[in-house]
Amino acid sequence: MRTAISPLVVKQPRTLKDALRMLRDDGPLTPLAGCTDVYVGLNFGTLRDARFLNIWGLDDLRGIDVRGDVLRIGALTTHAEIVRSVLVRRRLPMLAAACREVGAVQIQNRGTLGGNIANGSPAGDSLPVLAAAEAFVELRSAEWTRTVPFGEFYTGYRKSVMRPDELITAVEIPRVEGAQWFRKVGTRAAQSISKVVMAAVRASRPRIALGSVAPTVVRARSTEEALAAGGAIEEAQRLLQDEISPIDDIRSTEAYRRFVAANLLMQFWTDTAPRGRARPGVNRRTR
Amino acid sequence: MTPAFRPIAFVLNGRRVAVRVHPLKRLLDVLREDCRLTGTKEGCGEGECGACTVIVDGKAVNSCLVPVAQAAGTRVTTIEGLHGRHRLQAAFAELGGAQCGICTPGMILAASTLGPKPTLDEVRTGLAGNICRCTGYEGIYRAIKAANKARGARREARGEGREARGTARARTAARRRRP
Repeated sequence: MRTAISPLVVKQPRTLKDALRMLRDDGPLTPLAGCTDVYVGLNFGTLRDARFLNIWGLDDLRGIDVRGDVLRIGALTTHAEIVRSVLVRRRLPMLAAACREVGAVQIQNRGTLGGNIANGSPAGDSLPVLAAAEAFVELRSAEWTRTVPFGEFYTGYRKSVMRPDELITAVEIPRVEGAQWFRKVGTRAAQSISKVVMAAVRASRPRIALGSVAPTVVRARSTEEALAAGGAIEEAQRLLQDEISPIDDIRSTEAYRRFVAANLLMQFWTDTAPRGRARPGVNRRTR
Repeated sequence: MTPAFRPIAFVLNGRRVAVRVHPLKRLLDVLREDCRLTGTKEGCGEGECGACTVIVDGKAVNSCLVPVAQAAGTRVTTIEGLHGRHRLQAAFAELGGAQCGICTPGMILAASTLGPKPTLDEVRTGLAGNICRCTGYEGIYRAIKAANKARGARREARGEGREARGTARARTAARRRRP
């Protein structure tokens, strides 16, 4: 481990209320959930944060249930728990598909949905799903609880509307009508970070979101509108190019990402084309 | 001067332990340095390779990404907890599941969480987070398959069915009672 840990401070709240009070009175503090991102930074000495809040023990933030017509997932719910959840597989199969592709078993057993959102990587596997599902992020502070539409959560590269005294406590997902689709493209099925990742819903008004092609996850709204209006898929593929701004980096190139994004759009459209009876579940050709 | 840390207690391979270390120290380092169990290996230190895999409350995790504070109150199993007698250990040794050996403890522990009769597909998915640069994986898959076959055969010989869990539990408890 390259970071010297002796100067690091960690607060250990017993309850959510304690945690929120510590964030307000003793901040700034970096929450520690499954640590699968934070500890990579600590191990390599690239993380500058020195004060942490260990929230892993706050069991109130775990669990999946349905309230009214809304699927509610606690922020500390792990990817493994999401993959196994019958509720998620039935109502939001594209999220189960995304969580199944996060790292491998060891990471899925620790990494949390709230952590994936808070980390804010443009390549976060669950993020295009939450964008396409038009989810809401529940944020709590010692004083208030507010709910932010996922589409308004990020303001830039790893930047969000979340305040330093707030904690992500849950994600709420209204019922999604239509066929759900998810695909992650990377160098290897497990462990790799995506080159391009896309989640989409085929309904009268399609919803399409992509990761790893811009500073934040993006909704392809012009592309969606063109498809909703009955436009040709080739035209939609052209429009999509103006909605993404991929870069050359260690994992891929701009040109490849543009090419793959267009291909994924075509694959989504073909896979979800209405044929007699609508197929339940998510596309099975994920891997 | 070392600051006084509050003890962090957990059950390690069936025995209660308490360590006075910085709560953000990696579980990996606590196991190797403070508990003197060096069977758990460090590979990449970023959760990619799985060499440091241990089992926490029945789940395979990368011990390089777990602060020891988060192990408080849990049951941790390392390769030493299998006492060299696990059917997977014998099968790995017999069938070329291990060469240089660095990935082997993590590989065996991850394999031990796969349930009674994993399909090849389940084995590949379950071990996707454990990287081996020597064997090409075929020896490993062969060993896991053979170990599960041996287990089924032994159970049949003893006339045990699927209810054998109770027996296994009793055996673990007996081991724990030993001084």
